[in-house]
Amino acid sequence: MKFGVIVFPGSNCDRDVRWVTEGILQQPTRMVWHQESDLSDLDTIVVPGGFSYGDYLRCGAIAQFSPAMQSTVEAANAGKLVLGICNGFQILTEIGLLPGALTRNQNLHFVCDHVGVQVEGGSSPWIQGYKPGSVLTLPIAHGEGRYQADENTLKALEDNGQVLFRYVPNGDERDWKNPNGSLNNIAGICNQRGNVVGMMPHPERATEAATGGTDGLAMFEGVLKALVPAG
Amino acid sequence: MTTAPFSPEEIAAEGIKPEEYEDIVSRLGRHPNRAELGMFGVMWSEHCCYKNSRPLLSQFPTEGPRVLVGPGENAGVVDLGDGLHLAFKVESHNHPSAVEPFQGAATGVGGILRDIFTMGARPIAILNSLRFGSLDDANTRRLFEGVVAGISHYGNCVGVPTVGGEVYFDPAYNGNPLVNAMAIGLMETDEIVKAGASGIGNPVLYVGSTTGRDGMGGASFASAELSEESLDDRPAVQVGDPFLEKSLIEACLEAFKTGAVVAAQDMGAAGLTCSTAEMAASGGVGIDLDLDKIPEREPGMVPYEYLLSESQERMLFVAAEGREQELIDIFHRWGLQAVVAGKVIEEPIVRIWFEGKIAAEVPANALSDNTPLYKREVLAEPPAYAQEAWKWSVDQLPSCDASGIDGKSWTDVLQTLLTTPSIASKNWVYRQYDHQVQNNTAVMPGGADAAVVRLRPQLGASEEVGYGKAIAATVDCNSRYVYLDPFGGAKAVVAEAARNLSCVGAEPIAVTDNLNFGSPEKPIGYWQLAEACRGLSEGCRVFDTPVTGGNVSLYNETLDASGTPTAIYPTPVVGMVGAVEDLSTVVGQAWQGAGNSIYLLGVPISQIATNAETVTLGASEYLAQVHDTIAGKPPQVDFDLEKAVQAVCREGIRAGVIRSAHDSAEGGLVVALAECAIAANQGAAITLDAAEGSRLDTVLFAEGGARIIVTVAADQATAWEATLTDKLPNRWQLLGTVSEDDDFTVAIAGETVIQTTVGTMAEGWNEAIAQKVAGDVAL
Repeated sequence: MKFGVIVFPGSNCDRDVRWVTEGILQQPTRMVWHQESDLSDLDTIVVPGGFSYGDYLRCGAIAQFSPAMQSTVEAANAGKLVLGICNGFQILTEIGLLPGALTRNQNLHFVCDHVGVQVEGGSSPWIQGYKPGSVLTLPIAHGEGRYQADENTLKALEDNGQVLFRYVPNGDERDWKNPNGSLNNIAGICNQRGNVVGMMPHPERATEAATGGTDGLAMFEGVLKALVPAG
Repeated sequence: MTTAPFSPEEIAAEGIKPEEYEDIVSRLGRHPNRAELGMFGVMWSEHCCYKNSRPLLSQFPTEGPRVLVGPGENAGVVDLGDGLHLAFKVESHNHPSAVEPFQGAATGVGGILRDIFTMGARPIAILNSLRFGSLDDANTRRLFEGVVAGISHYGNCVGVPTVGGEVYFDPAYNGNPLVNAMAIGLMETDEIVKAGASGIGNPVLYVGSTTGRDGMGGASFASAELSEESLDDRPAVQVGDPFLEKSLIEACLEAFKTGAVVAAQDMGAAGLTCSTAEMAASGGVGIDLDLDKIPEREPGMVPYEYLLSESQERMLFVAAEGREQELIDIFHRWGLQAVVAGKVIEEPIVRIWFEGKIAAEVPANALSDNTPLYKREVLAEPPAYAQEAWKWSVDQLPSCDASGIDGKSWTDVLQTLLTTPSIASKNWVYRQYDHQVQNNTAVMPGGADAAVVRLRPQLGASEEVGYGKAIAATVDCNSRYVYLDPFGGAKAVVAEAARNLSCVGAEPIAVTDNLNFGSPEKPIGYWQLAEACRGLSEGCRVFDTPVTGGNVSLYNETLDASGTPTAIYPTPVVGMVGAVEDLSTVVGQAWQGAGNSIYLLGVPISQIATNAETVTLGASEYLAQVHDTIAGKPPQVDFDLEKAVQAVCREGIRAGVIRSAHDSAEGGLVVALAECAIAANQGAAITLDAAEGSRLDTVLFAEGGARIIVTVAADQATAWEATLTDKLPNRWQLLGTVSEDDDFTVAIAGETVIQTTVGTMAEGWNEAIAQKVAGDVAL
């Protein structure tokens, strides 16, 4: 499976994603400069975290106009897999591949921490590496991660099973909490088709025991299994 | 000679003293013009030329088998083996942060990062060392919140993890906070990029952002006392753009790899003036620069403004002739400015053109090499404040017994210390920093005594999976120790830094230092500076950690309304890096399992009375917080013991025997134990014998003694004790056992003196700073 990682000026998790897909999972990975528009060689596109174009105007607001993102929309519509992490999630909502918006954290501070994230069920290839209901420990690092949407959108997301990841609002001994005030504790969602996913937690930062856990690795492994036929 | 074309006030406004003006005139053979006067003003500031501190800095050890680049370049570089080269340096942004905390701190981070990637290294970690006044003061809260937000803003966006640091609060810093940032980078180019210009006729490239009127004369501003007026001097504070810096990092590293860059220098303090002068002087050549080529942020700027602007995110390159377009294309692709603005000339002068005329013409070394030097007399006797403080003895405290002191139980005292902002958890701070980006942070902030970052080249991927090397880093300075005893205190700073590295199993390698002091023009200020430098030198020699560079920030004084200057505590911050050969052996400070045995390495309880200088309540946090007393002599460092304890700790960690390690610092033994317990969310039962001749508070809260608390699995305890008896005879003791539950108890001679729970301790410790900040209701 060939991964592509979009690189905007200001992206800063692009190499971290590549480290996982190419380094750990040994999959071919191409860094895609934001001005490129031919993504036809890619099976899976990751829009990484960071501060694309400085996050000026509004997080992800400018990135949506880049040629690479326009092609990403086409790829998504054609059914290719797209994952937006953190700033990537913000970009996917700005460009309309995912509903809702990410606003300033409720306490107005940037927050970097590990949080408890529960995996919901569903058929999205992105969560096939997890048992529904399992609780992951994932890193977060964002200033604008508070998921918001109008009531109808929220209801549709819930009814369609498009909420894939939810912050554990009150864990027992780990003292987990919703870190940013997201509605319905939403940490990550997918589109109706399930091929496009956006999430604030960083699964790529939780892929090695030496650097803080491995709970994110199954996300990438799951997608490999889902796409590459067994045998 | 004709009379000066400037009034004495105009000369003084550039930070130039009358005798220095005379010197300038004799060097030029004429009076300087306005632009030249400004150039001398910034370049002869303490910040740029170290005129007061250079004679003292010369005593630092700067060489060693691992040192590739020592002081004088943008950053020091050390060799970690296997082709890995590490660049690192610390720098201060104190004055700007006092005036405009957000941008002051943000641009401090930006500046130190540029020092690193100018060398061809990719920044892989940031640490910072911060000092503020009391959090009970509303202005301090404003400064604290602003500084943390500024570091967060810049570091997070630029994509370099902020992995560690230290924060202290003390009224001595009211109005003059210290913001020291340390950056670490891994060389990504084959050759270390240096600053010396060479190749007559080679083009000089200006790259990065535009030049505007921000940060005018920041270097001079940083080299004078803060006053009521300087709070209005906001134009002297730069404005940072971390997004541009991120692009600049990528573009620079890409450019260096083409081999077309001959030399590079970032534009930090004194902007174009400093970068041209330093590149020319260190290359023994001259630079001819045309200001009309410089991309300007606003029209109508005059040479003085171009030359003194400290606009951020700018660099100067010398390119190989004929390859400039190649470089310009790279910068344009990243959306950055890049123009040929001058050339290298043979004559060793900096010649500045503006609108077709020469605007300034100054010998390069007059600006950056052959600069003024002040060797001052050091007080023959310690000043009165120190002598007075040293008279303090523990006998002046009220008597105490197992029930406590002054009606407070020892449990209460412990809780007071744990909720003291300088000791309490800094989670309110580090949760605002992205400490994980780049995927190499092996220890989360608060998890261990030093930050640990895995080393791996970031370009290319697959072949390095499982790479096991790492570096550890720490920034330290107990400035109360240094205030009360600059020589002994500075030695203790180095010892503590090395101890912190040893607590994760890292071998200390090298040091970068940031000397934050008051005015050197005052006898006490200079005595503090001189004595601290002597202490640092000795410490660095003993630990074999050469100083590879650093920064000096003097004049950290605030003038109160009546004009009386108040100096900060002398604060020589030591940033130390250490090598970790096998990342999998690194340990943190949290207990690792119930039933594990807890040991004290260093001076045992029974020997406190006979080591009263080494283990003492003098200068301690207990004395300051519980008895409101800043006095006594701080613990004196026993270097032999320090080295022995640290070596045993490192060996135990590498052998996999030690499961957790934490040094005893502010708050002493019991606070250190509590911190281990809180980190693990698991209690401990500590049982001690009576300590002959020692008061209980000394047993519980005295500082010093080269002490480290380690835990070892019960089934390895016998072998471990044999090792200790062999390697550290009589300098260790068994303290107790990690509990199943969260009860935390300390018993002495069979009598329980502290009884609490980890939950209680953790709540106070975790929330103390957030609660103080929340006191700012007038937001």
